[in-house]
Amino acid sequence: MKAGTNLEKILDSGRFAVTAEAGPPKGTSAAVVQRKGEILRNCCDAVNITDNQTAIVRMSSLAGCVLLKQTGVEPVMQMVVRDRNRLALQSDILGAVSMGIGNFLCLSGDHQQFGNHPTAKGVFDIDSIQLIQMMKKMRDEKQFLNGEEISGDVPMYIGAAANPFADPFEYRVKRLAKKVKAGVDFIQTQAVYDVPKFARYMEMVCEQGLDKRVHILAGVIPIRSAGMARYMRDYVSGVSVPDEIITRLEQAEKAKEEGVKIILEIIEQVEEIPGVHGIHIMAVGWEDIVPEMVEKAGLMPRPIL
Amino acid sequence: MKTITAQKPLEEILQCLGKSQGVYIIGCGTCTTLCHTGGKAEVMEMKEKLEAAGKKVTGWMVIPTACDELTKYALQENAEDIAAADCILAMPCAIGVQTISFHLQEDKPVYPALNTLFLGLEESPGHFIETCLQCGNCVLGRTAAICPLVRCAKSLLNGPCGGSVDGKCEISPDIPCAWQLIYDRLAEMGRLDEMEEVEPIKDWSSSVSGGPRIVDVDAESGIISGKTESEAESAQN
Repeated sequence: MKAGTNLEKILDSGRFAVTAEAGPPKGTSAAVVQRKGEILRNCCDAVNITDNQTAIVRMSSLAGCVLLKQTGVEPVMQMVVRDRNRLALQSDILGAVSMGIGNFLCLSGDHQQFGNHPTAKGVFDIDSIQLIQMMKKMRDEKQFLNGEEISGDVPMYIGAAANPFADPFEYRVKRLAKKVKAGVDFIQTQAVYDVPKFARYMEMVCEQGLDKRVHILAGVIPIRSAGMARYMRDYVSGVSVPDEIITRLEQAEKAKEEGVKIILEIIEQVEEIPGVHGIHIMAVGWEDIVPEMVEKAGLMPRPIL
Repeated sequence: MKTITAQKPLEEILQCLGKSQGVYIIGCGTCTTLCHTGGKAEVMEMKEKLEAAGKKVTGWMVIPTACDELTKYALQENAEDIAAADCILAMPCAIGVQTISFHLQEDKPVYPALNTLFLGLEESPGHFIETCLQCGNCVLGRTAAICPLVRCAKSLLNGPCGGSVDGKCEISPDIPCAWQLIYDRLAEMGRLDEMEEVEPIKDWSSSVSGGPRIVDVDAESGIISGKTESEAESAQN
């Protein structure tokens, strides 16, 4: 056991995991996080708290994770390298571990230009793969990046993202292999809409034996309308939404229901793809739909542990 | 290689000049002439604009290369007109501005008329791209001679982020993804395996993060600061 979190136990025992995502508020209300925790508590195994997602300032991921944990939900603390240098990242890791947080997700972070402080200086002292490396060193060698000893254990279950739909496509599996080499334990992918492309990616992953070395959770984002689907296709970096899905939503009488139906079909298909060990539901601002989706996907009861 | 500059808005320049009435304008015959931001034509244009704003231009000159130490003599030769001004409006890059300020004999403010952007490589006629961060610890040998520190919006050292689509960076369709460029060039050379190694965490202490950088250059033997005593000794032998 690396951190002994429920997510780790579920994945290591070969069971199918379900994780979800919750964005902390643009304010100081603990109740917002707690409410999201209440909604998600009985439909997933762990919940990611985003870290200034899309470069918009929100309550810190660390505080969000602590609040979530208090509601009885296992948190996954997202960490981006955009806003903090190696000193701040390491100190936040120590703080998070001291508060009982065990799951982490290493990300580059959306560029600050996309957010609400576009004139900010981007830090990018280390990159997301190097963050994985740093966490592994802290955990396995009990050392800071500079080699100094850390007092106390640093149990961490280390996660990272992967985007099978970005370019160059042929390099995406190699980049995943680099993350594995750096020491990642689990992966949550960008939202899957193009299932055949994702299947091709997973085939390459399995050919290289990476499915045996890392647990991959396929990302899904429920869509509420044709407009949202078009927006994701055109403006969300690295997401590819096939025209067929947009047409279905445009022609549907009840777009929301059709959206859920589409995602359920996708979940059903990705569950069958070799090497997929779970799903990660990113219901951005639509957390209410998650219990219904997980129920209909036949993935209840949750959490398994 | 050119230092790429852009003119500041006139409002900002006038605000900077403040109550100064007499202004002496200095342009540069090298980079800012080529950028059309601080050559003779722009100096004359600036003179007109300042006069229209009620300033008195006591004189002007275009120094061939303002960042050169010969600037000292150019300032001496024009000392009279400079003395008649309350301040200098400098139209070279920031290095030229500071060279002027450094060599100026009298206690007079020097204001920049330009913003200095980057050291540009001319990719196609008139199209300049930023290619070097001057980090002091070159990685080009491992990145197909394309610098990801400055050409990738996130300075990533380990390949393209999830925002690389159709060869473009997520921040703009006009910006190529540096890592796609690196990938393509390595692929052409049959060296793609080089992108499988994890690039170690960077030592930023050789960059501006490590504090202001100063070197001593000996006219004959090159840079002499930073060497250990034994190295210096063996160099002498």
